[in-house]
Amino acid sequence: MEYEAVIGLEVHVELNTKSKVFCGCTTRFDAPPNTNVCPVCLGMPGVLPVMNRAVVEATVAVGLALNCTVSKWSKMDRKNYFYPDLAKDYQISQYDLPLCHGGWLEIEADGRAKCIGITRAHIEEDTARNVHTIGAGESGVDFNRSGVPLLEIVSEPHIRGAQEAFDYLTMLKRILEYLDVSDCNMEEGSLRAEANISVRPKGSTTFGTKTEVKNVASFSGTQKAIEFEVARQIQVLEAGGKIVQETRGWDADRGITVTQRSKESAHDYRYFPEPDLVPIAVSDEWVERIRASMPELPKARFDRFRGQYGLSAYDAGVLTSSRAMADYFEKVVSAGAPAKQAGNWIMGDLQALLTEAKCASVESCKITPADLASMIALIENATISGKIAKDLLVDMFKSGKPPKTLVEEKGWVQISDRGALETLAREVIAANPEPVAAYKAGKKQTFGFLVGQMMKATKGKGNPKLINEILADELARGDVKGS
Amino acid sequence: MPKELHELTAHEIRDAVRTRKISAVEVAECFFRRIGEVDEKVKAYVDVWRQYGLAQARSVDDRLAKGKEMGLLAGVPIGIKDVLCTRQGYTTCCSRILCGYRSPFDATVVQRLEAADAVFLGKLNMDEFAMGSSTENSSVQVTRNPWNLKCVPGGSSGGSAAAVSADECAIALGSDTGGSIRQPAALCGCVGMKPTYGRVSRYGLVAFASSLDQVGPLTKDVEDLATVMNVMCGRDPRDSTSADIPVPDFTKSLRSDVSDITIGLPKEYYTDALNNEMREKIETAIDGLKKLGAKVVEVSLPHTDYAIACYYIICTAEASANLARFDGVRYGHRSRDAKDVRDMYCMSKTEAFGREVQRRIMLGTYVLSSGYYDAYYLKAQKVRSLIRRDFLEAFQKCDVIIGPTSPTAAFQIGEKTSDPLEMYLSDIYTISVNLATIPGLSIPCGLTRRGLPAGMQIMGKPFDEETMIRVAYTYEKNCGIDMGRPPIV
Repeated sequence: MEYEAVIGLEVHVELNTKSKVFCGCTTRFDAPPNTNVCPVCLGMPGVLPVMNRAVVEATVAVGLALNCTVSKWSKMDRKNYFYPDLAKDYQISQYDLPLCHGGWLEIEADGRAKCIGITRAHIEEDTARNVHTIGAGESGVDFNRSGVPLLEIVSEPHIRGAQEAFDYLTMLKRILEYLDVSDCNMEEGSLRAEANISVRPKGSTTFGTKTEVKNVASFSGTQKAIEFEVARQIQVLEAGGKIVQETRGWDADRGITVTQRSKESAHDYRYFPEPDLVPIAVSDEWVERIRASMPELPKARFDRFRGQYGLSAYDAGVLTSSRAMADYFEKVVSAGAPAKQAGNWIMGDLQALLTEAKCASVESCKITPADLASMIALIENATISGKIAKDLLVDMFKSGKPPKTLVEEKGWVQISDRGALETLAREVIAANPEPVAAYKAGKKQTFGFLVGQMMKATKGKGNPKLINEILADELARGDVKGS
Repeated sequence: MPKELHELTAHEIRDAVRTRKISAVEVAECFFRRIGEVDEKVKAYVDVWRQYGLAQARSVDDRLAKGKEMGLLAGVPIGIKDVLCTRQGYTTCCSRILCGYRSPFDATVVQRLEAADAVFLGKLNMDEFAMGSSTENSSVQVTRNPWNLKCVPGGSSGGSAAAVSADECAIALGSDTGGSIRQPAALCGCVGMKPTYGRVSRYGLVAFASSLDQVGPLTKDVEDLATVMNVMCGRDPRDSTSADIPVPDFTKSLRSDVSDITIGLPKEYYTDALNNEMREKIETAIDGLKKLGAKVVEVSLPHTDYAIACYYIICTAEASANLARFDGVRYGHRSRDAKDVRDMYCMSKTEAFGREVQRRIMLGTYVLSSGYYDAYYLKAQKVRSLIRRDFLEAFQKCDVIIGPTSPTAAFQIGEKTSDPLEMYLSDIYTISVNLATIPGLSIPCGLTRRGLPAGMQIMGKPFDEETMIRVAYTYEKNCGIDMGRPPIV
């Protein structure tokens, strides 16, 4: 039988607001344990939460980017359970009236656009972190993370496979980064994904029994976990078995999912409205103010890059993959560089340098967009060759110096003196009788070898266009002479 | 015969201190002496801050000597219910689970009182986590009613009421979730106010039922009440449920005039459930106000019968979450015998919460459980809206509603401890006010034949404490019965 996977994703995103969701403590995660804490996020007796306005604004922005309806009126709820990392032994979250609901996110599946429904996006507080490495038989709790704002984004079960899940997460992360609402770092836990997975015979419209897969630390991990879990479920069904509704954990080392908690032992969270907070009222005017302050989103920017700069879908996709890169590209272009060349340099050599230097973003790169543009101009006006430019870029990347300065320092100005190059061409022809003969016998590939010899002789500084031209002329002239 | 210092009202003390007729230190010393003399019998205090209070008093005197302008409560000795967080001393809610707990911050009301140059005498006894109507649920001690030491002072702010009544402080802070200020004020013969929900910041009030809790004062007279309300009330950015509504000068309402006032008498309050003697007291008081020009109309609060059931679902539901944090992880009692985390939770709570607190946590957990939520919690919220609507409709016809504060005068210690339902009925007239989030005030209206105080409750429109204060003041000045002083004096 042919099966189809039915997948919904729950993504938790830590928002990068300055302060926590219900108190004034900083959200920085790298401080010593229990230093970014106050009575509120420690859940001391007598404290009250106060909603951080910036959290509401970030959530609304994400909701708008995901084409959600923003509730004019929503509220917070208490989710009750006992765990040492939960300061109040209840988590303030949203239950039946999420701030944003009913949206969609467009991804590309099999070369076609596909909309994945967004059920809801709501506000909640992060928990503290239990630490089990402090000594024999003892555990500690670090409350620095307690009360960091979290956005939970729940998709409809519209995802049909591991690749689609990966694409959904990639696109979602891109949007969150564009909005600058989160660091989206899965390793540091600022973005966490859980997948609800079931399978059913292809063509069926009812849902199979689902499992929930947690504990995944990367997008590719999510992809692998889904691949495994879908295969496992099909195997169970094929063998005549039944899927047990349960929570399964992804064991990255072994590459399998394992049972964590069955439905029978699931919590009764006893949700009820949080009486310490007033309802969240979001006026149309406020929504419009937030909308107006939002940057151009990845999809719109992609479409614009194709139209405005005549870029291919692939190039536009890579250049809009992060807001920083897209901004950088546009700055290079507005500094005068032709779009195609700017794109090629950024996606090619510059990206390679960034990757090699383990540099996360083009923003922290020493090469300013203006410098890259003037480097491209130096190639365009034949001051330097493209080959030299590759070395020049490396030096610019390391030193941060403007290209002109470096070119002068290193004496990299291209040789475009026709007379000098003609003389050199004749010398090269004279010194390489065999390749010349081969060329003349019709073996045109040897032309490249001869160009290489010219380049070697000019230490790479020869103007390639002129070299090609002159060499062809000289070879032809030889023919005339010789005949 | 001139009054003893400790018999003075807060505004008398304040005026005397401000004009330097007496020093704040003399006042504080007098009150600490008084506590030393009578608290052995009354048992109102769980923590006396002799050193701290005297230091505050000295500071008041120093600043007066330098000619500084002093606050509305300059030198006024005040006791604080142990449910309010204070950096000084302990904050235990009279529960074993918080035994030895010190709060790292002061409640907003405590801060405001201190900023008005009050002098703090210590922390006052209460039912554990404010759950109870007799202060017998305190894990520390049983407070006695100064009018009859065999009787309860009411609760949960029993320590506060008894302390004011026995002259162990001039003003006490209490908290009221279902009558916890008004009922003990009535039983001990003092004035007590539960302000409109949102009038006073709850920051630093250890939560029992967040949507019902409100901090309020217990005082010797209405003028003191108006004075301390001027200090306590107002928006606090730390409490999002505190209202951003301007606070009037309540002392401007201290006028003897009810000629433009219509009093509503809810027919549901004057039934057989009300003890005859209490009914007579209230009727006499109403007659007095009528003679002063007030009009009286009958009003109806048709959902009154559902108030107690509704209240015990909502308050226990909220309490079950509010008290979850006392888990032994960060502070408070942790069982020594626990073998794992689950054990630690169960054993710590079982060992350190009293029976009534455990009963309410279990009840609240039950009403919020999957499958029961709609039938209990959701239904109760709907009833709550109806109860509020009853009041708002009644207030279309009247300015204040008057009824008894408590169905009986103070009962004997131990009389109702074996029957929680009987105890819950003590709050039958006060609970609706919390559910409706409106303000309620209790003022003494005479003594029963057994020599125990009776209390009259004046209920007002949301954020209209002014009218209530005016009616109470008019009553006190013109019809107030001289009850004498409690026999403890």
